[in-house]
Amino acid sequence: MNIDYSKELPIVQGRLSLGELEDLIAKPMSEKPTPKYYIALAITLTLLMIGATSLGFTFYYGTGVWGNNQPVGWAFDIVNFVFCVGIGHAGTLISAILFLLRQKWRTAIARFAEAMTIFAVMCAGIFPAVHTGRPWLDGWLLPYPNQHGLWVNFTSPLLWDVFAVSTYFTVSAVFWYIGLIPDFAVMRDRTTGKVKKFLYSLFSLGWRHSHRNWQHYEKSYVILAGFATPLVLSVHTIVSFDFAVSIIPGWHTTIFPPYFVAGAIFSGFAMVVTVLVFVRKVFDLENIITIDHLEKMNKVILATGMMVGYAYAMEFFIAWYSGVQFETFVFINRAFGPYAWAYWIMVSCNVIFPQFFWFKKLRRSIPVMMVIVIFVNVGMWFERFVITVTSLHRDFLPSSWGYYVPTIFDFGILIGSFGLFFTLVLLFVKAMPVVAISEIKAVADGAQPTHHGGDH
Amino acid sequence: MERNTKLHGLVALFDTPDQIIHAAEKVSHSGYKDFDIHTPYPVHGMDDAMKLKPSKLGYVTLVFGLSGAAFALLLMWWTMVVDYPMNIGGKPFFSLPAFIPVTFELTVLFATLATVIGMITFFFRFPDNKHPLHDTPYMQQVSRDKYGVFIGASDPKFNAKEVRALFESLGGKQISEIMEFEKTWQDAFNPKFIGILVTTVILVSGGTYFTLNKLLYITPFNWMEHQFRGVPQEKSDFFADSRMMREPVAGSVARGHMPYEFKDSVAQPADPLENPLVNSAEVFRLGQKKYLTFCSPCHGNYGDGDSRLNQQFPNPPSLHTAKLREWKDGNIYHVITNGQNVMPSYSHQMTVKERWAVVSYIRALQKAKNASETEIEQFRKENTSNGN
Ligand code: HEC
Repeated sequence: MNIDYSKELPIVQGRLSLGELEDLIAKPMSEKPTPKYYIALAITLTLLMIGATSLGFTFYYGTGVWGNNQPVGWAFDIVNFVFCVGIGHAGTLISAILFLLRQKWRTAIARFAEAMTIFAVMCAGIFPAVHTGRPWLDGWLLPYPNQHGLWVNFTSPLLWDVFAVSTYFTVSAVFWYIGLIPDFAVMRDRTTGKVKKFLYSLFSLGWRHSHRNWQHYEKSYVILAGFATPLVLSVHTIVSFDFAVSIIPGWHTTIFPPYFVAGAIFSGFAMVVTVLVFVRKVFDLENIITIDHLEKMNKVILATGMMVGYAYAMEFFIAWYSGVQFETFVFINRAFGPYAWAYWIMVSCNVIFPQFFWFKKLRRSIPVMMVIVIFVNVGMWFERFVITVTSLHRDFLPSSWGYYVPTIFDFGILIGSFGLFFTLVLLFVKAMPVVAISEIKAVADGAQPTHHGGDH
Repeated sequence: MERNTKLHGLVALFDTPDQIIHAAEKVSHSGYKDFDIHTPYPVHGMDDAMKLKPSKLGYVTLVFGLSGAAFALLLMWWTMVVDYPMNIGGKPFFSLPAFIPVTFELTVLFATLATVIGMITFFFRFPDNKHPLHDTPYMQQVSRDKYGVFIGASDPKFNAKEVRALFESLGGKQISEIMEFEKTWQDAFNPKFIGILVTTVILVSGGTYFTLNKLLYITPFNWMEHQFRGVPQEKSDFFADSRMMREPVAGSVARGHMPYEFKDSVAQPADPLENPLVNSAEVFRLGQKKYLTFCSPCHGNYGDGDSRLNQQFPNPPSLHTAKLREWKDGNIYHVITNGQNVMPSYSHQMTVKERWAVVSYIRALQKAKNASETEIEQFRKENTSNGN
């Protein structure tokens, strides 16, 4: 296994022709689902039902069924929210930032990662919506003229969140749909089923692959990518403001925005790798989503993992260097207090395990990366847990210190969000092309004219 | 849908991107305006080959992005400064740094949505599933892996034979004619159309009404608002008198409602209360106001007992009699609080403080009516020396 990294690796392996590429990607949509698919769907739907039941209890009895208490008023609700939004960020990074950086290998995984963004943001939305206590009144989060004569507080980070997350969801969905239009047209022209044909025609809007359209289309893609890039940075920055703008020691730090963004990309890539490893195997896409792509993602995981590690260290340094007694206490308490177990899970999963990716052999080994990325997922969930709970449970007043223990409903909703996420993923892979067909065709060998220097 | 015999245009297919670039160059060079290239993915260099002008889509983005920013700032300024200013931590009402996040998000939202919607509707004229090129073998192949060129019959230079020859010279394959679809006019009074229209109107308006007026006020579970506790004015099954509200414990005194200790004595008390107020302009002003409101109708504006009620009512006495001047403040207070014979009690109209202020005012009136020459002199001096 000797790879020459100085040359750009072929994006599509196995010398597939354009038609073969299309057949390969479109296959899952034309075949009837196998029993295995139904088993997988049954599992995810079960998880979803667990979540729905827990949410039902939460609606009926109120948020009192959760473990939240005084002083830990924010716990799983915000932890899961930040975790899910973070996962979503990988999708935008791959589809927008890597697009602007002209990383062609992104083509194979962009569609899938974007879908994950959308599903993850959907899951994320559940938590703040529910933790308002009376979710049926969530419409009040929006500024609309009402007979209370009231407006929302535009100077509150929680309101910024409402705008950031809803904009992020809308823009991601639009970006995704724009990418799907030509593919819907491809599916329209392939399919034989009447209903399918009707649906694909409807969603393709009548796309004709005309170059007079492609010209604007490519322009719009650049524009959208250009907006999605600062948008994704702003979203996790604003999420971090939920903490950083408060005055709780351990939250009130300026390092939060970059630290959160790096963490989001880290956990997001880990999740993309986790799911892609299965998808490429199950749908025979090994030649399109190649081991080279996975390796590149593992490199990103290694890099962002070290950024996160740096942030951990820097937090400790500043706690000591600032000389603020409360700040110092919070960090010593994190590492050695009642929640030390959570802290050390976080550090070992996020900082130590990704170091194995320094070795090319391990980076390119599916079982090894599977283990590591799952550790990273766990570690990043714990990072949010550590930030939220350890800062709250012992703040300025020792008389109001406490300990937080999640209840079965907290776990139920967390499981349910995974259920929702994977259910949507499963439905997606059966209904839409997992790889952007027209984009992958454009980067296949020999797809661009020779005398125009197709590789630029 | 049926196709008629009217020619929409001619098409030809090519196998490689190089060929199609060449074909595009030739076709645009020959002077055709109504032509198009269809490729399964955007082919690099095609813009130049087709001599297309750069896309103007960016202007849409710019205009709407700026409107988004302006809208966000105006909205926040109007709500937070004009309509409902709120003091938040002593910060300025218009706190720009705190408005940046929402401004940014709305800029992005407006810009991207406008770009996409503008492109689809205005630039592409989509949705358009009834274009003659749809459902042709040509479309199926360019959708997959072929590269196609199309020249429309509406082009002034169009001549089927010449076009066919041009395609052949370029090496085009499967040269074929595309016919127009039979036009089917939709009748505006078509019951189906009207039905859809009416349903849409009902659904949208009903949905909006329901959301804004009902949905946002539904309380599926209201344990928080309605807890197991007594509410004033409610019926109680627990207490014998069926009332939720309880009497205060006997002897309890509400704040500011100290009972008058000579409430029940008709005769003047031997040892009346002291006036707790210290003379001041404010006290006199209050006393004057209350006196003119409550006492002057009977006792006269200056307490001479000369009001219009004289001779029509048991004559209200003058407040300047020797007896009254000798009374202690507490005696006058006693009369105001308890009333005396035909004069009613004013304890319900006036607070304790107001009653004492009236007493002080009566004292001032008495002083004014009975001042000695020397006192008047002194008063004059004091006032002139003050510069009045
Ligand atoms: C409805 C007319 C009426 C009003 C108004 C009224 N009084 Fe009298 N007041 C009387 C009458 C009549 C008497 C004589 C009662 C009696 O026969 O002893 C009287 C008696 C008095 C006396 C006792 C005089 C004395 O010589 O015994 C005082 C002091 C007095 N009033 C003060 C006031 C003050 C202060 C007010 C304003 C709060 C007031 N009154 C308002 C009708 C009035």
